[in-house]
Amino acid sequence: MLNPPAEIWDLHTHLSGVPGRTPDEKMVNLLGFAERMGIAKQVVFMGMEFSYEPTPEKFRQENDEVLQALSHYHDRAFGFVYLNPKFEKESLDEFDRCVVNGPMVGIKLWVAEHCNAASLDPIIARAAAHKALVFQHTWIKITGNLPGESTPMELAELASRHPGAILICGHCGGDWELGIRAIRPHKNIYADLAGGDPTAGFTEMAVRELGVERVLFGSDAGGRSFASQLAKVYGARITDDDKRLILSGNLKRLLTPILEAKGVKV
Amino acid sequence: MNAPIIDVQVTLSRWPFRRLPLDETPALVEALQSHGITQAWAGSFDALLHKDIASANARLVDECAKHGSGVLLPFGTVNPKLPDWEEDLRRCAEDYGMRGIRLHPNYHGYALDDPLFARLLQLATERKLIVQITTAMEDERMMHPLLQVKPVDVNPLVDLLPTVPGARIVLLNALRTVPAPILPKIIGAGEVYAEIASLEGVGGITNILQHMPAGRLLFGSHAPLFYLESALLKIKESPLTDEQLNGICRENAARVLAA
Repeated sequence: MLNPPAEIWDLHTHLSGVPGRTPDEKMVNLLGFAERMGIAKQVVFMGMEFSYEPTPEKFRQENDEVLQALSHYHDRAFGFVYLNPKFEKESLDEFDRCVVNGPMVGIKLWVAEHCNAASLDPIIARAAAHKALVFQHTWIKITGNLPGESTPMELAELASRHPGAILICGHCGGDWELGIRAIRPHKNIYADLAGGDPTAGFTEMAVRELGVERVLFGSDAGGRSFASQLAKVYGARITDDDKRLILSGNLKRLLTPILEAKGVKV
Repeated sequence: MNAPIIDVQVTLSRWPFRRLPLDETPALVEALQSHGITQAWAGSFDALLHKDIASANARLVDECAKHGSGVLLPFGTVNPKLPDWEEDLRRCAEDYGMRGIRLHPNYHGYALDDPLFARLLQLATERKLIVQITTAMEDERMMHPLLQVKPVDVNPLVDLLPTVPGARIVLLNALRTVPAPILPKIIGAGEVYAEIASLEGVGGITNILQHMPAGRLLFGSHAPLFYLESALLKIKESPLTDEQLNGICRENAARVLAA
């Protein structure tokens, strides 16, 4: 099955790794490849050059780049605001600028701080109050995580403190057989399929253990190909109805409240 | 893509760390055929860790004959660290009539600058065997804690290949492990090919063709460890000419096989 059984919404894309010298050029190229693969809408976060521990000035710059990239494509793309919890006030201000008073619909947290840290609490509470999604990068590396890199187990701790927040486990921990188990008890954590090898069985296990409603398609393009990541859904031994939910239905459902609050018809 | 495809990397039997949806050969063959793959070069997961590699090769041949439906070509494995490995090579060539062998240097504990590898390459080439070198089976970051295996360093091929005229090398999963800037040096060292199973990045094939000629790129899926659809969708993601597409999906592999 190589044709999409449903409209595709991609939870997880970046400007980095895509050809182009400016946010606009990169966005045109990203959308061009997405269109070849039948992807209708995509979420973009982080700027043209990644930064592990961005200063407020740096994360504002990266968010400006995403805002610029989105500016011509609000019908095809959404943005998540990139924050660093080590700068609480500045992060909350940036959330207000980009989400409350801007077009973005979620938060991206990467490797600046472990996600079970108390410094995340005000940010997650603010996100929940505005129905914004929270995307937390996670990985479990046998070769060793980065100093501030979170695991799905740490995300589970955060979820226990914020049962009303919508949390997304980025990459499902990479080592997905562990990541799925770690988030399984926490119904407000959703699994992002993006960014690892297209290892067969990943999607089937996620659906089996979490329920299909908690599984989301993402690609992690441009670092990853759309192809390898779509294959995780196209090639999975699950029903076409399940594929429709993973490819777009679940993300639409999660984004609908905040989009409607912004007057965007889904 | 409607033309028949040659997949240069599938693997039979059991991946040691989990069951895979297509790890029964009939199911794999059915999936290959449903996507227009008319020939697949098959190794065995057993070859990674089994010491009795002769029986792994015998089972591979038997499985291809029983369930291959004319699609599977067995590529046996030779481990030059085992006693009397030359007999395994002889059986692959003479008893089984194989067209090539698949090596796993990192799982078998040797580097490509080991004189044993040079001798194996020489003997395999004398027998007109294609030599596949698997540089990695999976992402190093998520390996089993008790079995962490570094990717194979292919740089020694640059000095070795000019000393083995006629050698035909197919690198498997190398487009993740070999940095693109050094790829021309490796590919240019001799008759060296690479396949797309682990190629990543948006528009990956378009990108990699800036570093190597299309005539050296092959279709490989790494099924059933990877979802078969991954490689198939990669040839859709990059805009390719018909010549590039046909070469990558079939003609390049057919040429390697015919040589």
